[in-house]
Amino acid sequence: MKVALYIFVMALVTYLIRMIPFTLFRKKIKSRFFRSFLYYIPFTVLAAMTIPEIFYSTGEMLTAAVGTAVAVILAYFNLPLIVVALAAAVAAFVCGLF
Amino acid sequence: MKSPFVKGLYHGLPIALGYLSVSFGFGIMAVRAGLSILASVGISVTNLTSAGQAAGVGIIAAGGSLFEMALTEFVINMRYGLMGISLSQKLDGSFNTARRLIVAYGITDEIYAVAISQKEKITAKYMYGLILISFLGWSSGTLIGAAAGEVLPKSVTDAMGIVLYGMFIAIIVPAAKKEKSVLLAITVASVLSILFRYVLTFISGGFAVIISAVAASAVVALIFPVKDDEDESTCEKAEITETEAVQ
Repeated sequence: MKVALYIFVMALVTYLIRMIPFTLFRKKIKSRFFRSFLYYIPFTVLAAMTIPEIFYSTGEMLTAAVGTAVAVILAYFNLPLIVVALAAAVAAFVCGLF
Repeated sequence: MKSPFVKGLYHGLPIALGYLSVSFGFGIMAVRAGLSILASVGISVTNLTSAGQAAGVGIIAAGGSLFEMALTEFVINMRYGLMGISLSQKLDGSFNTARRLIVAYGITDEIYAVAISQKEKITAKYMYGLILISFLGWSSGTLIGAAAGEVLPKSVTDAMGIVLYGMFIAIIVPAAKKEKSVLLAITVASVLSILFRYVLTFISGGFAVIISAVAASAVVALIFPVKDDEDESTCEKAEITETEAVQ
């Protein structure tokens, strides 16, 4: 029962953070600075989440580095997301065999 | 021509596959922490987030207070608030309050990243497709992980740990290639993130991501402000004066 209460609090807080700004913002943002800021947010969030965590994602830094290199090269040539993502995993897996 | 819903499903496929592998790990983790399979899946179904769930399970296992739980989730998931504001600028006219209330549930890093990178305005049906398939990947992965535990060899699950990050790279690298400003933003955010990881280690992971992203975005927004709507960008100075005059 206690666990259900924990889960309820978790879910409620997480939903409210997502819901309130998303639902309340109706107008176009006028401030050029704020619009620029929001334009860069997705890239900076993803970069901050990826670096340096990606190097710890496979449990071994060498396999992760190989996977990362493969991902960066394929992404540079604009391959689809799923191709890049799975190729990184395959590269890390193959590297781990040796 | 594909319907927006089907297009959303299709665009969400890599997210779902990535989620499947990550939530598989979450399922294993949650059961190890003493949660039932039902509770593990219940967390994934109601939260749909990786970092927040992992932290939440830690608090449950440690018997932390509900306040600690609320505060932790707030801090770790604060970025969704920013993403929600950003996404709200891209919605098409069909988004009434009810649809916003539904779609808000599905604002995650990956869903946001895919949705915001669309050229056209976002429709509710597109978001439903994107969220539904991601949700299925996330919840089924948790169930499989919680139930099957360590059936897969470690070498496979280890390698799958990189899938989501690989997807992030596939989003940021082409954008950085196209625009110097994005390259700078990514570089600054990465340097700050590394700094938090190895030097300013007293800042927790959730906070570190927020601070790095906000600081990098603010700095680059000052150096490279985005252009206004195309018709105005040709005479930038005049347009700025005009905007100021209106305000």
